[in-house]
Amino acid sequence: MADTDERNTGGHFGFAIAPGMTAGNPALKTIVEPRAEPVRLRLPRAPRGTGFDLCVYGATSAFLLLVVGLFIELLWSSRLSISTFGLSFLWTSEWNPVTNQFGALPFIYGTIVSSAIAILLAGVVGVLAGAFLAEFCPQRMSGPLSFVIELLAAVPSVVYGLWGLFILAPVMRDYVDPFLQHYLGFLPIFSGTIYGVGMLTAGVLLAIMIVPTVTAISRDVMAAIPQTQREAIWALGATRWQSFQMVVLPGSRAGVFGACILALGRALGETIATTMVIGNRPAIAASLFAPGYSISSVIANEFTEATTQVYLSALIELGLLLFIISVVINALARVLLWTVFRPMEG
Amino acid sequence: MSLSSHTRRAIGFAAAVALTLAASAVFASTQLTGAGSTFDYPFFSKAFYEYSQQRSDVTVNYQSIGSGGGIQQFIAKTVDFGASDVPMNAEELKLAQGPVLQVPVTLGGAAIGYNLPGIEKGLRLTRQLIAEIFLGRVTKWNDPAIMKLNSGMKLPDMPITVVHRSDGSGTTYIFTDFLSSVSPAWKQKVGTGKSVQWPVGLGGKGNEGVAGQVRQTPGAIGYIELAYVLENEMTYAQVENKGGKFVYPSIETVADAAATKPNVSATEFSIVDATGANSYPISGYSWVMLYQKPSDASRAKLVKQTLEWLVTKGQSVAKSVDYVPLPDNVQKQALKVIAQMQA
Repeated sequence: MADTDERNTGGHFGFAIAPGMTAGNPALKTIVEPRAEPVRLRLPRAPRGTGFDLCVYGATSAFLLLVVGLFIELLWSSRLSISTFGLSFLWTSEWNPVTNQFGALPFIYGTIVSSAIAILLAGVVGVLAGAFLAEFCPQRMSGPLSFVIELLAAVPSVVYGLWGLFILAPVMRDYVDPFLQHYLGFLPIFSGTIYGVGMLTAGVLLAIMIVPTVTAISRDVMAAIPQTQREAIWALGATRWQSFQMVVLPGSRAGVFGACILALGRALGETIATTMVIGNRPAIAASLFAPGYSISSVIANEFTEATTQVYLSALIELGLLLFIISVVINALARVLLWTVFRPMEG
Repeated sequence: MSLSSHTRRAIGFAAAVALTLAASAVFASTQLTGAGSTFDYPFFSKAFYEYSQQRSDVTVNYQSIGSGGGIQQFIAKTVDFGASDVPMNAEELKLAQGPVLQVPVTLGGAAIGYNLPGIEKGLRLTRQLIAEIFLGRVTKWNDPAIMKLNSGMKLPDMPITVVHRSDGSGTTYIFTDFLSSVSPAWKQKVGTGKSVQWPVGLGGKGNEGVAGQVRQTPGAIGYIELAYVLENEMTYAQVENKGGKFVYPSIETVADAAATKPNVSATEFSIVDATGANSYPISGYSWVMLYQKPSDASRAKLVKQTLEWLVTKGQSVAKSVDYVPLPDNVQKQALKVIAQMQA
């Protein structure tokens, strides 16, 4: 009985199941370990060669150095832009390569808004799909369905971009956007000219791209909730839905949140699919139907032809900003996960 | 008799070494490298292939990484020659490690493609009207100015969706150069460049992106490289030139525009809004840059010969890929520039 709960059934993405989930199970502890503190096994220290030590520590430090080096390189290459524009780079809307006036605001806005739409849509759909696959799906269907959803993640982004431009954009332009404008047109986000390409289409395409990530991880996290917990609440007379609500959801909350953040990280950096459907216009508009621009798109589009030094430097500074935004969001997610896990231990 | 695995491995290794040596003997020819403009790529790839068929001792490897990238690699001397749709400016020439020669090698034009359901090829547009559309001042297809020029066509009451390039490109340079010369408002508000701050419109990545966007969106208008438009049989407009004649972009009309300026040079290279009777007003050259005093003498000789071939006999390849060959007077000019190379 102890075996099933101690075994880590973490899923295909190698998402680590938090130690608190199984080891800290209060019901189990009274049966297996009557002590207050969990036992820490001290394994005898096996002899290791210095070669092995070098490899292990070397690999870790190499990776850390790489990331730090990347940050320093970005900072160094954008010093011209930083010295020319200063902090106002962050809130200037102008992007003019002819007069060499650059500002990052439209790109920051575009990146954040398109990713926000994506995670909103993908979060809801993905978690529900993951829950279905983990809890409510007939056993025989679960395997093939999961396989198909994970295949979606294997499609290259440029293929998504092409599909978005030739299939999704016309569908949005002819059916979805007019529908939204008809019923919700009084809202500023659904007003304005409909082009087919734009912020909303980019958000929808990104959502489709990150849904497999959210679904797969949510499913794995929910499946890893020990069966004994479900059985315990069934024994108290709960229905399937109630057991899901009261046992699975709270237990998997942290993991699901982690899944969403991972997916958000992918959406923030997505380049080629975004640039094909976002409209590539460095302007901030209230309407979601209007074209926009994201940081990764502008770098991909303009980097090879950036002729003046300050232009190049401004693009690298945008790269630095994206780096910082991604790191901050991931760090925030880790801190949140840590605060959620802490009460569960011991 | 079976050989031991050790012996077998030794024989296999020896065979591999022998094969490699034999193979490397075949590649005794010199490989010249060039990088730059994506516009030039289809023409260069066919031309250099033909060249290597004629000469067994030279092959040319061209990487289409973009004009900006080409110039940077040329400055860093990692390639033998660079290619760019816009000649190097003063800032770039200063960074170059030595005096630079810039040679015109091919011509291109920007066609105005559009998507109007029911309207065939041949919509007539004046130069000022194109500027007004791209400035966002003319916003509907049934605007009186457009209808006046096209009385035979039934223009719909549709908004004009402008599509431009989102990536920096020589085609954008030629187009904005044209708009700046025909519209003082454009020149003052936007200017000329490989990337500009467009007043209106969506951006598409590459010629394919703009063409795809135009084809997808009813009521769209965009500027696309001539070779692309011809190869893909798109719908494009007739543009009024300086002489008042409405011309289609074609190999002949672009060559006509080029012929009006035989003394083209890296400082005087604009041929937009040309004066010839049959000139297409949105045309421009593409350039190759060479060092006047290259360090490696034998390589330099091969580069010189390759370029001399490219601007004369190589031009016959151009038409087969829908590129515009250099007019004779410009070929002579190009040869004069290449002759200055000390190799």
